[in-house]
Amino acid sequence: MRGTMKNKSPMSKISSAITEIQRIEDLQKRDQWLNRIHPLVKLACTCFYIVCLVSFHPYDIQGVLSMGLYPLILFMAGDLSITDCLRRVRIVLPLVCLIGLFNPIFDRTPMLLFGFVVRAGFVSMLTLILKGVFAVLSSYILIASTSIENLCYAMSLLHLPGILITEILLIYRYVGLLLSETERITQAYSLRAPGQKGVHFKVWGSLAGQLLLRSMDRANDVFDSMSLRGYSSDFRYIKQYVRWRPSDIIYLALWCAVFLFLRNFPLLLLVGSLFI
Amino acid sequence: MHMADALVAPAVAGTMYLCSAGAATYSVKKVRDMADPKKIPVMGIMGAFVFATQMINFTIPGTGSSGHLCGGMLLTGLLGPCGAFLTMISVLLIQCLLFADGGLLALGCNVCNMAFYGCFIGALIWRLFMKGGMTRGKIIAASIVGSVVTLQMGAFSVVIETLASGITELPFTAFLLAMQPIHLAIGTVEGLITAAVLSFVYSARPELLYCSDTSASENRLSVGKTLAIIGVCAALIGGGLSLFASSYPDGLEWSVERITGSTELDAEGSIYEAAGSVQETTSLLPDYAFKGSESAAGTSFSGIVGGAIVALVCIGGCTAFRFYKKAQTA
Repeated sequence: MRGTMKNKSPMSKISSAITEIQRIEDLQKRDQWLNRIHPLVKLACTCFYIVCLVSFHPYDIQGVLSMGLYPLILFMAGDLSITDCLRRVRIVLPLVCLIGLFNPIFDRTPMLLFGFVVRAGFVSMLTLILKGVFAVLSSYILIASTSIENLCYAMSLLHLPGILITEILLIYRYVGLLLSETERITQAYSLRAPGQKGVHFKVWGSLAGQLLLRSMDRANDVFDSMSLRGYSSDFRYIKQYVRWRPSDIIYLALWCAVFLFLRNFPLLLLVGSLFI
Repeated sequence: MHMADALVAPAVAGTMYLCSAGAATYSVKKVRDMADPKKIPVMGIMGAFVFATQMINFTIPGTGSSGHLCGGMLLTGLLGPCGAFLTMISVLLIQCLLFADGGLLALGCNVCNMAFYGCFIGALIWRLFMKGGMTRGKIIAASIVGSVVTLQMGAFSVVIETLASGITELPFTAFLLAMQPIHLAIGTVEGLITAAVLSFVYSARPELLYCSDTSASENRLSVGKTLAIIGVCAALIGGGLSLFASSYPDGLEWSVERITGSTELDAEGSIYEAAGSVQETTSLLPDYAFKGSESAAGTSFSGIVGGAIVALVCIGGCTAFRFYKKAQTA
């Protein structure tokens, strides 16, 4: 469910989506130490990080700030671009900011923040925004270093239903293809309707409907070709390529210990007290 | 309406994951029972189709703005509730991972807000309209009503989940007033686009639509089963979330406290005393806890018992009303 007031042209929006998918796939294919870590370990680590992150009290801005260590270290050690990732934050931030903006209005309790007296609502708003940004950064680390196939393998280890995993793999496999087809259709339409913003209501049904019918036919072709290649309602995941290594366990244990420490001890205050 | 991780508390996220997992387990079982090997690839391609077409801007006449396709209702109209639900879960997960649209922790909430209502409640509305045969008018009506109703329910859930997570100071009413009207407009536009696409499919290939033939009954989700799912969700929310219920006064108590200095008003007189003693004797779980106990288990138990009592009262009331109407017409 997206907003109704987006003015970005459909062509550029679809192109940027295709580019984004290709860019992430390139990142996933890199031969980096982060990419070689077991997918289940990275998935568990990300989930535990997000749970610890969102469980901080709304006024505990120092605690939330200390949780920035995880993305900071992995972005630097994993050679990931923070600017590429921050573009993704623009999707999350509007709703988070909209909800957080009301906190300073309704919560006017005075509070001390880094030596300044501010409204408690302002602190909770900042905490909320930081939580939103850090959660996006951690998800980005996961997806930039783990392919969808590997993630699906990790989910299969968690005993998620095979149908659901197959669905995710199929959608991911065909989303690029259908995005390209949709781009061609909208490009052809916009060339025949210059200066027109969006698709005219008279062709709403036929434009998307034609694509839908073609997609349905494509699904049948896909099924036939899958059956010819021995498809039996289940995919064989890439088990042979993913192996457990002792370093995976160390990685998970280390980060879990760090998250628990950051969650229970005010790291920033402890470090600050050493110098003041 | 995709919720970010920052907007949910772990307890709320966990509860919503449990609710979504329940519906997903049911859907997986139903899709497996269908034993239709073609169903899986069709669901996969349709998921990709929804993903792609959500990026097309459809111009809204006379406004200068544009709308998008409503994925849940469209998939329900084509795949039925269970297939559509599993497809929507996959779409939401990919959107979350690839485009940061929604969060990993908030996935359970997003599945409930967008997939559950769009698919299961949407299917109920679809079937209700398609009773006695499918027509173009019914498809249009079902698409619009389905999109509006399910979006309203989704928006309402966002409000509840965000407030239950305790991340906003926004009062319930103000938040509700901000969310519901905008989603009414979005739902109407998305419903119109969905109606246009499904009408086109109806004229070109009507056999592709859900409930277009007798086979639809295989994928049927009875009202009883839907009520059972909602009942389980209510028990989970009532029982699970009430453990984290705030000990602070609610809006009314807060207002009273501001005026009088106490959350409870002292009233004197024999009538008040008599009413108080009746209430004390009859209340099963005073202050949402077991009598003489203040344990969290009591609070949780009271949530479940409360849900059951409300459901019983509603069912009893409806049955009594039906008997009354029958007696009147006889």
